Amino acid sequence: MTTHAGAVHVHEAPTGFFRKYIFSLDHKVIGKQYISLALFSAFVGMFLSLLMRLRLAWPAMKLPFFPDGILPEQYLALVTMHGTIMVFMVLTTAPQSGFGNYFLPIQIGAADMAFPVLNMLSFWTTFLSMVVLMGAFFVTGGAPLGGWTVYTPLSAIGEIAGPGQGLGMTMWVIAIALFCAASLMGAINFIATTLDLRTRGLSLMRMPLTAWSWFITAVISLLAFGVLLSGGILLLLDRTAGTSFFVPGNLVVTEKLIPHKGGSPILWQHLFWFFGHPEVYIAILPGMGLASHVLSTFSRKPIFGYRAMVFAMSAIAFLGFIVWGHHMFVSGMSPYVGMAFSVLTMSIGVPSAIKTFNWLGTLWGGDIKFTTPMLFALGFVSLFVSGGLSGLFLAQTSLDQYLHDTYFVVAHFHLIMGVAAIFGILTGTYFWFPKMFGRMMSEGLGKLHFWLSFVGVYAIFMPMHFIGLAGHPRRYADTSGAAYLQAMDPVHYFMTVAAFITVAAQFIFVANFFWSMFKGKKADINPWQATTLEWSIPSPPPHDNFAGQEPTVYRGAYEFAVPGVKDDYIEQHVPPEQVAKG
Amino acid sequence: MTDSHADVLRESSWTGGAHPFGIGSKKLGMWLFIVSDTLTFAALLLVYSYSRLANPNWPRPFPIVPAIIFSTIMTVVLLGSSLTMVMGVAAAHRGNRSATVKWMLATMLGGAIFCGLHATEWMHLIHEGLTPFANPWGGSPLFGATFFGITGLHMTHVAIGVIYLGIVATGFGRGKFSAEDVEVSGLYWHFVDLVWMFVFPMIYLMSVKY
Repeated sequence: MTTHAGAVHVHEAPTGFFRKYIFSLDHKVIGKQYISLALFSAFVGMFLSLLMRLRLAWPAMKLPFFPDGILPEQYLALVTMHGTIMVFMVLTTAPQSGFGNYFLPIQIGAADMAFPVLNMLSFWTTFLSMVVLMGAFFVTGGAPLGGWTVYTPLSAIGEIAGPGQGLGMTMWVIAIALFCAASLMGAINFIATTLDLRTRGLSLMRMPLTAWSWFITAVISLLAFGVLLSGGILLLLDRTAGTSFFVPGNLVVTEKLIPHKGGSPILWQHLFWFFGHPEVYIAILPGMGLASHVLSTFSRKPIFGYRAMVFAMSAIAFLGFIVWGHHMFVSGMSPYVGMAFSVLTMSIGVPSAIKTFNWLGTLWGGDIKFTTPMLFALGFVSLFVSGGLSGLFLAQTSLDQYLHDTYFVVAHFHLIMGVAAIFGILTGTYFWFPKMFGRMMSEGLGKLHFWLSFVGVYAIFMPMHFIGLAGHPRRYADTSGAAYLQAMDPVHYFMTVAAFITVAAQFIFVANFFWSMFKGKKADINPWQATTLEWSIPSPPPHDNFAGQEPTVYRGAYEFAVPGVKDDYIEQHVPPEQVAKG
Repeated sequence: MTDSHADVLRESSWTGGAHPFGIGSKKLGMWLFIVSDTLTFAALLLVYSYSRLANPNWPRPFPIVPAIIFSTIMTVVLLGSSLTMVMGVAAAHRGNRSATVKWMLATMLGGAIFCGLHATEWMHLIHEGLTPFANPWGGSPLFGATFFGITGLHMTHVAIGVIYLGIVATGFGRGKFSAEDVEVSGLYWHFVDLVWMFVFPMIYLMSVKY
């Protein structure tokens, strides 16, 4: 095995089972491990959401493990764990650590990541974090109740705040601290890999937009998770060492005086959202990169405004760090500060609109191929626009006074952060499956999956906007006790039925995934006639990707429909003299 | 191919596999770690500042003699260890293995003395009655919380640094590690020192008893 000058790392293909599949240093195996972890977590998260939907539609329904029906405390535990598992273990993990690990080194023509051992440690730390997090279900008191934002002071004072706020909450904090460490390791690796290991000719402005999105996401992770780590450490100290960082004096909970004093619950909100807002871009940016990539490929046109796309993603990343206060408009902040956060937040609409219009510009006049990955990429754009528009409403302090903590917010962030990012993940799965497993997924089942999911998620989340506007608060386990809420019960039935149909459709995906892995049509090297480097090596790629012959790149990533050329695309690695004229 | 696609053919100046900032991946990785750890400490110092401003009854318990003198000695020891680390890195780049190992051992000694002095100070304060949830002088209990939280995390960094330097020094002495590895460990060490240069004025000098 040889290597080009400067490649910092070369490792032989391992032979033992453990080194090959469990503690592998190969970025492709680690990528698949991350994707598997995310897939498992996604199904756990979906299952929890179905329990929540059942409780909302039929509060008294008895279920296995819930002989008395789902209690309100258990409902809050479901809310917390659904949010935490989906945000951290699925949306942060799959698009960045999963697909990024697998395809970043290949797309930049490298044999592996810059730090393979760190990469392995990062995955196993994430795995440990998931085990600790899921373990919270099984300890005394059960899972925490505070939502994925675990607002203080109720998350800082222990069991007195509710059954899950004891050991379960402590495990939550430990799991998140571990996750921070894992994400920081991953971020360092992604940045160093992108900057140092690009192959000859692959200048930054020739990188696929997917590689750009992973790089920018890694920068966000590097800057955001360190702050959440601080918050986590302090929260853990409040819970275990008796400190009062987040607990004010004279706090009475369930008729008991809490013996802390001097702290500020708002401080936690600042620390959390300084991480929490960039986090939503960590979830969505890789989807943006992938949507750009796939829209260009299947429109058979160069991406419209490549540089503008790069600058827009960078602008979104930057602005993402100075808008966290818009989550705290009702925390009693000065109206002047609220105004500043509001204006900055709405300014994110500018780069977002640049991206959206560039996607439309890419489609305009294209020779569009409606493959399954293309459908999911179009779905991503649709969901991004639908979810983004409601963001402009929430960004205004005066409207947010009313909409805060209603289902309008739930609808907004599920469309833009949850479902759009999931559509990004599914785009990646359908697009790269042939490369990862050497076989094609079934297009028929894929399209069925797309249409059921696309209609399904709109059926679930569109009505939420309206009950939110009608004043339905989030996190309530049922509507009993408020006549104006009971009037909205039929909407809850509808959303619950839609949720069951949508989740059922995901089993079509799982069946397609595993069936295709073994029985699918054999994929050739470049089944989509795409241009980037991963389509120049066998499917699936060998252990060292390019067999020691790192390619030279001669052009940008989106050379489609080039005039005077025989095919309608030119791959990045083909020397100019070998391009067939026609 | 037409002229409109001339940029397709233009050679990129990127020759691949080189390091764009003239530094290796390990050094870049350490710089990135330092960036993220800076934010971790910055958040903690922000929590300290916020808590201090929000609690007008913040205690100022440290007399010049002995507390400030003592912590100044700790500071001098830690800064001195940065100097020996610089000497170690210079020796490593000259290829002088034995000198490198000696300078690094001196650095580790400095770090260990710092930890020892710090532990002594902690024991003294704990003996006086300072805990993470109360302090013997009255005033905000967050004094102890921030004091132990921030200096504790810093001390952990110093202790990890001593172990890390030990590993690098041993490896360098045996020829397993390069001069660059020594330099990278030096970056970590200087960073930990630099953090102390924020902790010392904010937590000690601003809490002088007068």
